[in-house]
Amino acid sequence: MNMAQATDDQAKGQIKDAKKRYSAGVLKYRQMGYWDADYVPKDTDTLCLFRITPQEGVDPIEAAAAVAGESSTATWTVVWTDRLTACDSYRAKAYKVEPVPGIPGQYFAWVAYDIILFEEGSIANMTASLIGNVFSFKPLKAARLEDIRVPVAYVKTFKGPPTGLVVERERLDKFGRPLLGATTKPKLGLSGRNYGRVVYEGLKGGLDFMKDDENINSQPFMHWRDRFLYVMDAVNKASAATGEVKGSYLNITGATVEDMYERAEFAKELGSVILMVDLVVGWSTIQSMSNWCRKHDMILHMHRAGHGTYTRQKNHGVSFRVIAKWLRLAGVDHLHTGTAVGKLEGDPLTVQGYYNVCRDSYTKQDLPRGLYFDQDWADLKKVMPVASGGIHAGQMHQLLDLFGDDVVLQFGGGTIGHPGGIQAGAVANRVALECMVKARNEGKDIKNEGPQILRNAAKGCTPLQQALDTWGDISFNYASTDTSDYAATPATSA
Amino acid sequence: MINNPVGRITQGQFSFLPELTDEEIALQVEYGLGKGYAWSVEYTDDPHPRNTYWEMFGLPMFDLKDAAGVLTELRNCRKAFPSHYIRLMAFDSTRNTESITMSFIVNRPPSEPGFSLVRQEGVGRNIRYTTHAYVTDKPEGERG
Repeated sequence: MNMAQATDDQAKGQIKDAKKRYSAGVLKYRQMGYWDADYVPKDTDTLCLFRITPQEGVDPIEAAAAVAGESSTATWTVVWTDRLTACDSYRAKAYKVEPVPGIPGQYFAWVAYDIILFEEGSIANMTASLIGNVFSFKPLKAARLEDIRVPVAYVKTFKGPPTGLVVERERLDKFGRPLLGATTKPKLGLSGRNYGRVVYEGLKGGLDFMKDDENINSQPFMHWRDRFLYVMDAVNKASAATGEVKGSYLNITGATVEDMYERAEFAKELGSVILMVDLVVGWSTIQSMSNWCRKHDMILHMHRAGHGTYTRQKNHGVSFRVIAKWLRLAGVDHLHTGTAVGKLEGDPLTVQGYYNVCRDSYTKQDLPRGLYFDQDWADLKKVMPVASGGIHAGQMHQLLDLFGDDVVLQFGGGTIGHPGGIQAGAVANRVALECMVKARNEGKDIKNEGPQILRNAAKGCTPLQQALDTWGDISFNYASTDTSDYAATPATSA
Repeated sequence: MINNPVGRITQGQFSFLPELTDEEIALQVEYGLGKGYAWSVEYTDDPHPRNTYWEMFGLPMFDLKDAAGVLTELRNCRKAFPSHYIRLMAFDSTRNTESITMSFIVNRPPSEPGFSLVRQEGVGRNIRYTTHAYVTDKPEGERG
């Protein structure tokens, strides 16, 4: 072996000689120990799959090692103070790199993190490591956290959903069918009294839930207390008119955490069964509100406001499936996870992957659905997914076929925009839902016979006929930007 | 009479549809049996939305794998309580579910008076709400 060859070998892997490894200066990340092709992930490791786009001329393995380094202990130069620590434990290990099938210049990089890296029960801490610095790192043009496997040992440090979908159903006394909801519209400008009118009509007509929208907080046109008072009058009146438990997600998002606690307390005093927060409040606030809900028998609805800024583009950001996993750990009961057939982004298989993350006891690797890892949820409660945005009664068979029973279907425009009024809109949705569940249980092929089943039910239900006449042909067929890139046979290591 | 678009209490999976025939009920029962659920018949004369525990007409039929048997129990219950609410419930004992997975009403009283909403005015604009079933003004056994 000549000198040049020896240097070349050294450049490929970790420098084992401590004196050389820790002499002042700059080394490649893989030389510092952030790449180990032979690493066998431990059951207690957190595993991440990143999609990386290295700058021109940057070797993909070095880029993967850099991701591991920058999301754990590394800084740009060698520091002797590493030698005061059990530093190998703290170094994340990139252990596999493969080109993304069909997309030149992009690579999948698998990285393992030891359990000592993270604070127990803290999403803020986990995310500060995993997505803290690395996404701004110059040698990468772009990076995306595609999926994550959280080890059971770490899962058990999280309390998860305060209620969970099973107990939610028991509290609401609603079983064997999707729940029905609608967002009160217009979302801005209604006075408290007018707002409560919409809530009452929707619930009395047959919906289970009404919902505040993400940007309804406490604006000049409607103070939050006014909203809560009128909404709860509507909820209770509708409950008495139908004999059913009803609810309306009261959005407690506010300027400060203290404001949010105040709003939560008032909602409890008024007897609401459910609260709502927006994703933009941040991880620590979400976990605090989750604790509060657990303590006060409250269901917690999460509106994923803002997620599209970092989840939608395939080459950069964080996949929603990762956000959904974090939210299940952080502890929410409802989570907007897309409709596949409505107005908002979502390839059907990818969206089903999000639903699985919310509802599975054990999520199996499923590449077409974008699930790259097995995930054992260790009996953590399940999250009720919410399908909302541009869906209507005419799509009931597709929605039930795609998502099954454990989902809240939210028809906002499809209820409030009904030509016969809000109650008629709610009746149309409820009849469409019940007839489709009945038909499915009877063994009918709802995917194909669905439209006929709806037309038959509409013969005895004018509101459903009107809904089908108004929206029957509306669909949103656009190509999805976020689909799973996978090869049936994994490509060989780069 | 209860005042909502379908004129009756809308608990359960199918309250917005025409009453299920016994043949249709049997198909639902078969669906549940196919999933491994155990069926149970329950009845009450107090349909308050928070009245969780209706009376059990016998135990859940854990070992009954035939829809006809469930229908027989339902008919016996109807005979004994013709003017009560009767519902069929399916239980799923799968780990992480262990709860009710289907529930629908299969018998109703001839008239459903429904509920009043009692408002107790509190401090400021706060109101405490109580849902009151008209039928419960009479003692149990004398209702319906």
